[in-house]
Amino acid sequence: MSKLNLNEMSQTYYDVLKEIGNIGAGNATTALAQMLQCKVDMKVPQVKLLDFKEVGELMGGEEQIMAGIYLVVEGDINGSIMFLLEYQSARHLVSKLMGTSCEGEDFSEMGMSALKEIGNIITGAYLNSLSTLTNLKIYPSVPDLSIDMAGAILSVPAIEFGALGDKILLIQTQFTDEMDLDGYFIMIPDMESYELILTSLGITL
Amino acid sequence: MGEIIKVGMADLKICKSPDALTTLGLGSCVGIAVRDPVTKVGGLAHIMLPDSTRIRNNSNVPKFADTGIVELVNQLVANGASRARLVAKIAGGAQMFAFQNKTDLVRVGENNVFASKEKLKELKIPILAEDTGLNYGRTVIFYPETGDFVIKAVGKAETVI
Repeated sequence: MSKLNLNEMSQTYYDVLKEIGNIGAGNATTALAQMLQCKVDMKVPQVKLLDFKEVGELMGGEEQIMAGIYLVVEGDINGSIMFLLEYQSARHLVSKLMGTSCEGEDFSEMGMSALKEIGNIITGAYLNSLSTLTNLKIYPSVPDLSIDMAGAILSVPAIEFGALGDKILLIQTQFTDEMDLDGYFIMIPDMESYELILTSLGITL
Repeated sequence: MGEIIKVGMADLKICKSPDALTTLGLGSCVGIAVRDPVTKVGGLAHIMLPDSTRIRNNSNVPKFADTGIVELVNQLVANGASRARLVAKIAGGAQMFAFQNKTDLVRVGENNVFASKEKLKELKIPILAEDTGLNYGRTVIFYPETGDFVIKAVGKAETVI
């Protein structure tokens, strides 16, 4: 039985996650800059443990349209990871990557594919740093994309967290190139994997 | 016009006409709207998981279809609804990502819909209408006055069931 309880997380655990988030987001920023061939800045990520109802509010309301990229993670750690990007930020990134201006309201087939790739690179960079730090094998699946209301997209990780408790763990990252791009990571390992991550980093539970 | 009261994720609320209830951005969760057409008392539950007995940490009653619906009915009756007259409408239970069924929480949207229907059937509350499944999020508004259940989705026309 798991010794860990998400609702009673220690400061050390926060700090560890924050640092993983920091390094991961740093890697992600580098990857993004290479992909876009321009300078990208990053703010220090914030790690938050939120009630379900607070998550939507943080992202500008449950009806805020977001792009959510979701991957299943296997290997030493089992679970899933989600990267969320505000709709306008997603459009900005895609148009920049493809060198076209944002025409119309929707993403083209190519645009969707580009967005999946952005999510893939960003989550990949994050998982890479986690894997390097912990020495654990982590294999992500191919990404899947949903563009919909924040609440609806978030119901997926919320339900996964819902089996564990009443809160959701979120890493908020802000990138800046010409505009501020708000991105959110949600990492959902199962409970055994949580313990494994911590013990791999030499933290006693 | 009455007030529109917001119901959060893993939450439930009761209201009386002319007030209405809403829950925003339902994904794989299910919104269960129940009312008494005579006293016009209505309730809306936003459940996340099908079965409380399969989860260790299950103190949050409105989070689960089984316990949430029972609580919804109890609160409706306590607020002047007749147990025998209750009718229901449900929405949500989408599969937001194509490969979501790869995780061990297999087809959670579908399971939520199934569990909600089973519980309503067990309690002998007829389901008058539903808008469930598929792959997109829904915002719903429930009017106990008329029983109208308004459904909005991104890039789709508003519907009333």
